[in-house]
Amino acid sequence: MKLTRKEFLITSAATLAGISGTKLVTSVKAAAASTGEDGKPRWAMAVDFQKCQWDQGCNQCIAACKHAHNIPDVPEKAHEVKWIWKELYKSVFPQQSEWVDPALTSHPLMLLCNHCSNPPCTRVCPTGATWKRGDGIVMMDWHRCIGCRYCMAACPYESRSFDFGDPRGEIANINPDFPTRTKGVVEKCNFCEERLGRGQCPACVEECRGHALIFGDLNDPASEIRTVLRSRYAMQRSPELGTGPSVFYLL
Amino acid sequence: MRERVLIAAGLAVFLALFTYPVWWAAASGTRAAGPQLQLPQTASVCVAPAAKMRASHMQMLSDWRSDSVRRGVHQFRAADGRLFDASLSRTCLGQCHSKTEFCDRCHAYSGVSTPACWQCHNDLHSTARSIR
Repeated sequence: MKLTRKEFLITSAATLAGISGTKLVTSVKAAAASTGEDGKPRWAMAVDFQKCQWDQGCNQCIAACKHAHNIPDVPEKAHEVKWIWKELYKSVFPQQSEWVDPALTSHPLMLLCNHCSNPPCTRVCPTGATWKRGDGIVMMDWHRCIGCRYCMAACPYESRSFDFGDPRGEIANINPDFPTRTKGVVEKCNFCEERLGRGQCPACVEECRGHALIFGDLNDPASEIRTVLRSRYAMQRSPELGTGPSVFYLL
Repeated sequence: MRERVLIAAGLAVFLALFTYPVWWAAASGTRAAGPQLQLPQTASVCVAPAAKMRASHMQMLSDWRSDSVRRGVHQFRAADGRLFDASLSRTCLGQCHSKTEFCDRCHAYSGVSTPACWQCHNDLHSTARSIR
């Protein structure tokens, strides 16, 4: 077959146009995906401590989490395992406590893993046992955890606990739907990832009597959490660290 | 040189006696008893054909683990289209099998050591069902 000069130029130009066209389409698609418009949620929680019924002795959220995740009751305080726990306002927000109403500073707040958007704990894990999922949850894989506790040192919120002993003996009533942990791993709140996978909301949110815990998707402008964050003043723990916590405290 | 016949005869007798279990079993058609497994009463079809489960259930459990923990996919679609919770505790032990009368018996028969899974995972669903 013989090509004329004109035919050769036309074929080359058409091939080049085809290749660059497909390249353009795929790169535009990738750019759209990287801006977070891929339909994935970003889970977050707001704690409305004015609605919390702690003064009536309510501990439902802690009890629900304890049962859902087989959290051991370790008698030794230094070996305590915490997923969701209470601390006074003044120790959670020490810089925002001066000249503030003592009724507020002596109010206990619910604390849990902040599921940071820029988590320091995942960066130091040597085995990839903890990482950030696309939906904002900072996950733990206990199969991979070697118990080095670098993540505990890296977390500025003390959200991670270590199993110094076998936790099995310290769980009153084992929930058959969730594994216990073994001696020598780090554990923390998983935002009820296993319940979200089944279309349920986190156990603490479901059990909260006063509707003080609001859970939802930050990427959905119509969600309850976005509505409440628009209308109320919300604080995050130590935002100056740049970790970007996904847990908000409503004033 | 006269011992040659004796040696050959001795060797033949030794070999015959040594291989006796093998050829006797082959000749009489009897086979060693397999493990006594308790099969589920409620369901008749597993998540995959029995031969595949026998050969590669451990790979399937490992895949379920990677899917649910690492990829956040908590469900498993069987080859015939049925949808299951990708969970040994909730699906296999929760709905069909007994750990002690199915899993453990075959593992003991084949000389497979108990996997370390049970340090964290539990078989409470199957225990609860056998008490009921």
